[in-house]
Amino acid sequence: MLRRTFLGLLGAAGVGAALGKPARAAGQQHFTGYPESCGVLFDATRCIGCRSCEAGCNKVNELPPPPEPFNDLSVFKMKRRTHSWTYTVVNRYDLPGAPGPVFKKWQCNHCLEPACADSCFVRAYTKTSQGAVIWDGTVCVGCRYCMIACPFDIPTFEFNEPLTPRIMKCTLCYPLITSGKLTVPGCVGACPVEALVYGKRRDLLQIAHERFHAFPGRYLNHIYGEREMGGTNWLYLSGVPFRALGMREDLGVVPAPELTSGALAAVPLVAVTWPVLLTGIYAISRRKDKIARQETAQAVARAVAQTQAEAEGKLKSAMTKAEVEKKAAIEREVKKALEEAAKPQTREGE
Amino acid sequence: MAAENSAVRKSLFTPFNVVVGVIFLVGAAITFLRFAKGLGAVTNLSDNNPWGLWIAFDLLCGVALAAGGYTTSAACYVFGLKRYHSAVRPAILTAFLGYSLVVVALLYDVGRPWRLPYPFFVQSGTTSVLFEVGLCVMLYLNTLFVEWLPACFEWLGFQKPRDFIVKITLALTILGVILSTMHQSSLGALYLIVPSKVHPLWYSMYLPFFFFVSSIAAGLSMVIFEGTLSHHYLHGRMDATYIREHDDVILGFAKGAAMVLALYFMIKAVGIAIDNKWSYLLTGYGAWFLVELLGFVALPALLYAIAVREQNLKLAKWTSVLTVLGIILNRFNTSLVAFNWQLPPADRYFPSWMEIAISVYLITLGLLVFRFIATRMPIFYEDPRYRQHVPHEGEEEERPEFTEHKLRQHPQGFGH
Amino acid sequence: MEHHFYTLFDFLVYTKGAVYILMGVMLLGILGFWLFLTGRDEEKEIH
Repeated sequence: MLRRTFLGLLGAAGVGAALGKPARAAGQQHFTGYPESCGVLFDATRCIGCRSCEAGCNKVNELPPPPEPFNDLSVFKMKRRTHSWTYTVVNRYDLPGAPGPVFKKWQCNHCLEPACADSCFVRAYTKTSQGAVIWDGTVCVGCRYCMIACPFDIPTFEFNEPLTPRIMKCTLCYPLITSGKLTVPGCVGACPVEALVYGKRRDLLQIAHERFHAFPGRYLNHIYGEREMGGTNWLYLSGVPFRALGMREDLGVVPAPELTSGALAAVPLVAVTWPVLLTGIYAISRRKDKIARQETAQAVARAVAQTQAEAEGKLKSAMTKAEVEKKAAIEREVKKALEEAAKPQTREGE
Repeated sequence: MAAENSAVRKSLFTPFNVVVGVIFLVGAAITFLRFAKGLGAVTNLSDNNPWGLWIAFDLLCGVALAAGGYTTSAACYVFGLKRYHSAVRPAILTAFLGYSLVVVALLYDVGRPWRLPYPFFVQSGTTSVLFEVGLCVMLYLNTLFVEWLPACFEWLGFQKPRDFIVKITLALTILGVILSTMHQSSLGALYLIVPSKVHPLWYSMYLPFFFFVSSIAAGLSMVIFEGTLSHHYLHGRMDATYIREHDDVILGFAKGAAMVLALYFMIKAVGIAIDNKWSYLLTGYGAWFLVELLGFVALPALLYAIAVREQNLKLAKWTSVLTVLGIILNRFNTSLVAFNWQLPPADRYFPSWMEIAISVYLITLGLLVFRFIATRMPIFYEDPRYRQHVPHEGEEEERPEFTEHKLRQHPQGFGH
Repeated sequence: MEHHFYTLFDFLVYTKGAVYILMGVMLLGILGFWLFLTGRDEEKEIH
């Protein structure tokens, strides 16, 4: 987990070895959840698949009537998931070698560290101290990211509501229990064989272990939800492998918030590093341009000076040459004149 | 024909206009249906597949392909590559329109679009990567708007406001790079929260880095692509500076994209190695992953490099198309193909024709607005009254001219 | 290359080793790619 967060940080920011020690975004803290938090223990070895829980849930939450009545067991032919008109579904699993069918009731697991709450960009979800994960319809924008995030595929959406579609999911009967209308969730109260028990999470874990002791060989020695995704408030016991009941065993124990906390931790680093880095690059590039301009100007000046010097030299030598030629011409003329003058004198001397 | 009196009025029913008209009518009808009957009546979205084409294409691809804005302005103003100056305004316009269309698409996709401002003004879910995406996109859209305003102000003649914004160009550019880095990477980070639903070959702790780096390649390639299209259809609006710099922009950006794609290839390889996912390469999804990685990342990197070596503009332009398709493929793969890969085939998602129609409608809208702006405002030319052109080293000051001519052989004769 | 890891430590020993080797290969590779990319850059003016 430490490694993943650290590398997530690196990956997101591209900031290299400048980072010192690996940083879990929450430091080295360990969070244990609300101590008095309540949940439900489901025992798959007791469930008879009567769907009374579905009926009970539908009744107390005043949900719309389903297409088939709750005592219609032919629905078990298909594997069902929750939809906006049902908070919970029971599915039937016929396993080779098992004495009879096994049933699993599925609904929101009310995680200790819910992915839905972590993913919601308007904080529409709350993990209550009572244990329920509840959704607030007064701020929900309907972006459905919570549905993407939930590893259990629980939240449902009213796709056929044009203007006020809601997210629908099990509330652990939070409003009904906190207002005193119910003492246990509707499904728990309706179950005729006590396959569902409502109580404090730590008590439920205790009960589960007592059952392991009391009925050796009846249960798999694993409480599903004890550690999955960081732990859930809805716990499951089974005599058959959980994956045979359509429950994922590859979710790991890392809670959802930890999966994104590394990347989110990199955001403020970018926000402060980039201005400094980019301004620095700009300054360097401007300085390079300036020096290039200076060097060009110097080169031009030198070239001009050189050309000028050359030109002057040329002019000088040309003038000197002209001077010499002029002198030579004058001398020639003088010589000629002298010769001219000397001629008649020679004739007169005879 | 010239003698006809009615020749002065051109027919409105050109093939282009008819097609656009149909797209708009269908779009309007579907819009009505979406808000009268809900998302279920128009899309193939479901509780198992809450996000579909509008997120995969209009949001993820829309944002990635609009990355030309920050990459071009950074290249010109931060890295000082002034020879790309003429490419900045078209890139900013493309990005501005791209991000605007992302917001419009969200108006269709979310359940209560009028509540979109809620995360910023009512209640903030700061633990959410989506919050970070939303905040940065909102701020960046405003940044792009301000960066586009000078062209608009020059058209309207508002000198003082225009001058002020031009003065703060560097600050806006740096802000744009910061915001873009954050939201491009956060779009990848969206999927970090759900490793159980994304195929191991596409899920990685490096997802933010993958999305950010590939957005750079996408942006550079889109500038080449948009420049090629504009050159063909809007040539008459281009001044001498733009035309002269055009080929250098293409080859220069091809060079940059080649390196960025090579980088992207390398970090994808590291992503596989670091989580020991080699064995997945031998599966069906593995083959598809290799198609994406080899055919749409490695191959364009190589082709861009060849194009730069050979100064082959045509190859560079076609490679930009390949790269853009590759980015689209990656975003689709991450959000639609690799997502929910474990669901039985009957539960997998494919967009409805109406979802596709709305996406087509939004692109058409974008193209029309682009054309409207580019044919009136100084996007592909510099308004002589506001000349910003910075001369290159050793180059003399030039007076820009308008060129009203058809495609002609480039004076420097790059090998086509 | 498929074998079961019992501890995170074992997993990291294996993957980190692979990554270091890959890093070396990639550094050489990117150098070669850059040389290929800039190989025909003629004597251009200072841009």
